[in-house]
Amino acid sequence: MNINLTMLGQLISFSLFVLFCMKYVWPPLTQIMRERQKTIAEGLEKAVAAERQLEQANEAADNELGEAKQQAAELIAQARSRANQIIEEAKAQASEEANRILEGAQADIDQEINRAREELRSRVGVLAVEGAEKILQAEVNRGTHEAMLSKLAAEL
Amino acid sequence: MATSYENSAEYISHHLTNLTYGRFENGEWGFAHSADDIAEMGFWSINVDTMFWSFFLGCVFLFIFTMAARKVEAGVPGHLQNFCEMCVEFVEDNITQVFGNRPNALIGPLSLTILVWVFLMNLMDLVPIDWIPYAAGMAGIPYFKVVPTTDVNATLGMSFGVFFLVIYYNLKIKGPIKFGAGLLTHPIPHWSMYWFNFILEVVDLFAKPISHGLRLFGNLYAGEMIFILIALLPFYAQWALSLPWAIFHILIIALQAFVFMILAIVFLTQAHAVDEH
Repeated sequence: MNINLTMLGQLISFSLFVLFCMKYVWPPLTQIMRERQKTIAEGLEKAVAAERQLEQANEAADNELGEAKQQAAELIAQARSRANQIIEEAKAQASEEANRILEGAQADIDQEINRAREELRSRVGVLAVEGAEKILQAEVNRGTHEAMLSKLAAEL
Repeated sequence: MATSYENSAEYISHHLTNLTYGRFENGEWGFAHSADDIAEMGFWSINVDTMFWSFFLGCVFLFIFTMAARKVEAGVPGHLQNFCEMCVEFVEDNITQVFGNRPNALIGPLSLTILVWVFLMNLMDLVPIDWIPYAAGMAGIPYFKVVPTTDVNATLGMSFGVFFLVIYYNLKIKGPIKFGAGLLTHPIPHWSMYWFNFILEVVDLFAKPISHGLRLFGNLYAGEMIFILIALLPFYAQWALSLPWAIFHILIIALQAFVFMILAIVFLTQAHAVDEH
């Protein structure tokens, strides 16, 4: 255990090793560790962002779904009211049609009555004259009794 | 295992002697073959085993980490990259806690080198104590210590490396004047006590690297010593002590590497701290 040149030799090899380590070992290793740290940090950040995006997307989807449901409900309500309206309209039309047919029939009947009445009226003079001729057993001059016959016919 | 030695004292001293190459007093160069030879060589000698193992293990460290650093990718890391990044992150965490976030390109690689290299050197302590010296002895090498950190030269070499950095950063961050003033005015800020402060501060300054190096050396030397003592037991009884001690030693070698690194970081932090009084 005596001090000798070994100390100097050890000092020199120590310095050489440190210099070598400083040049070729330490920088690449530390640099790569920083890079990985950065990558991992970025990855984590991205994961958080992705989670947030997913949340937003879920929310949006929920909103869309709600809107769609609401729209569907509105559509159904509209359709229902439209159907009711159509039914009402159909009912109204039908009753109108019925009324019209009824009125037409009534008019026909009235016309028929009138015609019968006119016919009756046009023939009442003849019938009356024939009746009177038969009653009077004589020929009655139509010309002379025209006024009286017309008056009779108007009274019908 | 101690059978080939004359006595256990010789066994112990053999296992605690480095393979030393140096200049004999008669001017010849060669390997020392005894403690007397080593004493004769004095300072102008070198512990070949320490240098070999520390350099080899440093290369192992750099090889592993360079392999990982070459193939790094920001995606999913492989096993090797994972391991290396774990080490780097551990070191970075400790630096952030002690040193803070000052921009410094040196302290990270320095701490990583210390942590892994010292750990590997300590790890050699777990290699069964007689294997490598025995093999070396067969090859004609008289001494062969495998744990560089049980050589005080190795630990002091590293701690003084840190010490020079501390001086450098003191001069760079505080400037020579403020650094010198700090040596004079601390801890008693009165001019009449400047000489006293200077003595204290200089002792303090040099005590740091010495204690830094000796702490690691002492721990590993003591651990090695206990392995040697256990190896003196009869071979059938050794496991009862060497196994628990080896398991405990796993903790020690990691802890000592960590402590050496943390102390280096602390010293450098002190060198950077400008307004600390």
